[in-house]
Amino acid sequence: MLELQNVSYVVKDENNVDKAILKDISVKINDRFVAVTGPNGGGKSTLAKIIAGIYAPTSGKILLDGVDITELSITERAKMGISFAFQQPVRFKGITVKDLICLAAGKNLKISEACEYLSEVGLCARDYINREVNASLSGGELKRIEIAMIIARGTKFSVFDEPEAGIDLWSFNNLIQVFENMHKKIKGTILIISHQERILDIADKILVVADGRVADFGVKKDILPGLLSSKQIACKTLIDKL
Amino acid sequence: MNKIQLDLLEQIAGIHEIPQGAFNFRIDGEAAGRNTTENIDIVTKEGGQGIDIFIKPGTKNESLHMPVILSKTGMVDLVYNDFHIGEDCDVTIVAGCGIHNGGDEKSQHDGIHRFFVGKNARIKYIEKHYGQGDGKGENVMNPTTEIYIEKGGYMEMETAQIKGINSTDRKTFAKLDEDATLIVKEKLMTHGNQYAETNFDVELNGENSSAHVVSRSVAKDNSKQLFLSNIKGNNRCSGHTECDAIIMDSAVVKAVPEITAAHVEASLIHEAAIGKIAGEQIIKLMTLGLSEKEAEEQIISGFLK
Repeated sequence: MLELQNVSYVVKDENNVDKAILKDISVKINDRFVAVTGPNGGGKSTLAKIIAGIYAPTSGKILLDGVDITELSITERAKMGISFAFQQPVRFKGITVKDLICLAAGKNLKISEACEYLSEVGLCARDYINREVNASLSGGELKRIEIAMIIARGTKFSVFDEPEAGIDLWSFNNLIQVFENMHKKIKGTILIISHQERILDIADKILVVADGRVADFGVKKDILPGLLSSKQIACKTLIDKL
Repeated sequence: MNKIQLDLLEQIAGIHEIPQGAFNFRIDGEAAGRNTTENIDIVTKEGGQGIDIFIKPGTKNESLHMPVILSKTGMVDLVYNDFHIGEDCDVTIVAGCGIHNGGDEKSQHDGIHRFFVGKNARIKYIEKHYGQGDGKGENVMNPTTEIYIEKGGYMEMETAQIKGINSTDRKTFAKLDEDATLIVKEKLMTHGNQYAETNFDVELNGENSSAHVVSRSVAKDNSKQLFLSNIKGNNRCSGHTECDAIIMDSAVVKAVPEITAAHVEASLIHEAAIGKIAGEQIIKLMTLGLSEKEAEEQIISGFLK
């Protein structure tokens, strides 16, 4: 279980004035599949980075299975079982898909084993295993490799930041299947930031983050109808235009 | 061979024992073993300072290993090696130099290699430089490579200097005839107070000749690197030179890629990039459980792979 206790994250803006990105977030996540949604700029990606240890909260605590991990590094959290799929996957010159999958799995894999993970995300290992993770791969291919790495890690708490962004419609249907399969197999928790109704639809619970706060959190059947019927939180000018 | 020499041999040539095919070993300034084949002949030059290698036209899938090892401190070795590669050959040549300098005097190996690549011949040339030793003596290597490729010939040159060479001044000159191709992949890592200078000068003289010169380097600590490259297009041709460097600590890297077109159908490109390791690359690998240092090592070894 992951618990955030009164987590806030404040940065200085360009005029050196404090700007709160996350405001006093308290939430307990103990479900198999939780979707995080909400308007752009509401703090979802920051929340994911706070969980992975990339950002340190300005105040508050983070607990994983009751252990305070607030002060722990990215590496230590990764070793304790937190995985994080980036919204924009990173490219590496010279490092191959197989290298990354092996690093993720924490051991040297046979081609056939690495193939298992790649085929889970709809990539044929023969075409990809020795490819460099560089600019020659498309955004969609990189996203799938990013997801394959998380599957290879097989940790108890996996965070995905908009895995569907940049993936074409045809691939998107496969992606939904990937997460449906993961939902069946996963022993821990998947936390997935998404705006896609079809992803929200396979979630057990939905967490709505807006303006740096938890706007809503509950089981899908309570949250989803409200999300689908309501206009997004916006100013009057924008609402009038919608 | 003793253990130090065997270790150096593995580092530069990746071999543990006497290789298959033709070979020529040079240890501490002296000939230390030679094997010729029906198609590959090795002849000592008059005066003993180098060899001529003759590869018969049409020789396919054969290899030649010719490592040089310096294991005594204070050795200064200079060799002139000429490779005469016949028409329609397809061969691999693995050279390299390893220095173990356990003393306080300078050890130096200067090699001048000339390649005469015949018509439609293909050659892959792999060269590794490596130094070790616990003394205060410097390890110095100054390789010069001259390449002449005849019509339709193809040469791929992989060179690597990964560790332990205090100072290097590498020069590569090439002249290409019609339909000839040259591919150069250079890998370089410097650390401590090392200095490395590398200089490519390629003339694309023949119609449809092409050259692709790529250098990847990592400069650590207080080391300094200078990359110079000039591709001259004197005919309808294509040329590309690229220098990509990772800079760390207090190192200095200077890259001067130059292209000169003297024909309206010459198409030449140069690229150069120097920068530190991207923070997001380190963070990504840390999220896989690597420490910051391990992530850095992984990124560098991939970059130089």
